[in-house]
Amino acid sequence: MKFGVIVFPGSNCDHDAYHVVSKYVGQPVDFIWHKETDLSSFDAVIVPGGFSYGDYLRAGALARFSPVMASLKEFAAEGKFVMGICNGFQILCEAGLLPGALRRNAGLHFICKHVNLRVETSNSPFTNRIEAGRVLSLPIAHAEGNYTCDDETYSSLEENGQIVFRYCDEYGNVVESANENGSRGNIAGITNLDRNVLGMMPHPERACDDLLGSSDGCDIFRSLTSSIEAFVA
Amino acid sequence: MKAKVYVTLKKGVLDPQGKAIHHSAELLGFTQLADIRQGKYFEITFNNGIGEAEAREAAESIGRDVLANPVIEDFAVEIAEDGK
Repeated sequence: MKFGVIVFPGSNCDHDAYHVVSKYVGQPVDFIWHKETDLSSFDAVIVPGGFSYGDYLRAGALARFSPVMASLKEFAAEGKFVMGICNGFQILCEAGLLPGALRRNAGLHFICKHVNLRVETSNSPFTNRIEAGRVLSLPIAHAEGNYTCDDETYSSLEENGQIVFRYCDEYGNVVESANENGSRGNIAGITNLDRNVLGMMPHPERACDDLLGSSDGCDIFRSLTSSIEAFVA
Repeated sequence: MKAKVYVTLKKGVLDPQGKAIHHSAELLGFTQLADIRQGKYFEITFNNGIGEAEAREAAESIGRDVLANPVIEDFAVEIAEDGK
């Protein structure tokens, strides 16, 4: 099993992701410079957070033209796992690997804090070791995390169980007051229809050690690891 | 030959930045404003010898594939002669 972490100019959570996979998940991991195009040695690729291309034009808009992205589309089409975190989520939406778009937070502020997320489904490769309804505590750190999509897309996300995480209060109630950035339906993370591509605004890689306030993020990486084991077998 | 490309949020998409600018304009004393929406403006300058149709086609394509995100934004293209 091998993880890859894509590095764009301006990525800044790439080392956190690398560190968590190698030290906490205990799996081999390599960085992938955005100009590389051969992903054949990887089983899962993380598109990390940060400010790829300085967020010029729109967050994630220019990263989607990097050479690695065409390979990432093929990689995802083979059913292999792709996980976009924060700027990674924005990039996957811009690239069309996930539906919808992430817009400026409704309150305009850059928000950096721990939030509660309700796990909406265990039926995803990223949450199969977490019971549905559990509340995770993970940090967010973004200015453009306001998930937006049209009515048709939203209905299909709900019908197909593609909504994986929603912002909630500490008891797991999905309420407007917990919706920090104004996302439609309190959406914090979604998968594609085939469920092998996840995008999420919160940072699980920053919550894998109790010293950092939460280790809930580990369960997402452990779920992914068991999914890779099942996929490879 | 130049192309001017205007990118605007689709109607109905909330524009929190436009709202904040609107608020600032009101603080300046302009109380007669119904709404302010923020957009982006791009100027594309073409090499000499390119015709209007070709310039328009290229600008439309760039607008669609790069400058605007079709999920949330619309765009419009204007073609102008040099110096205008």
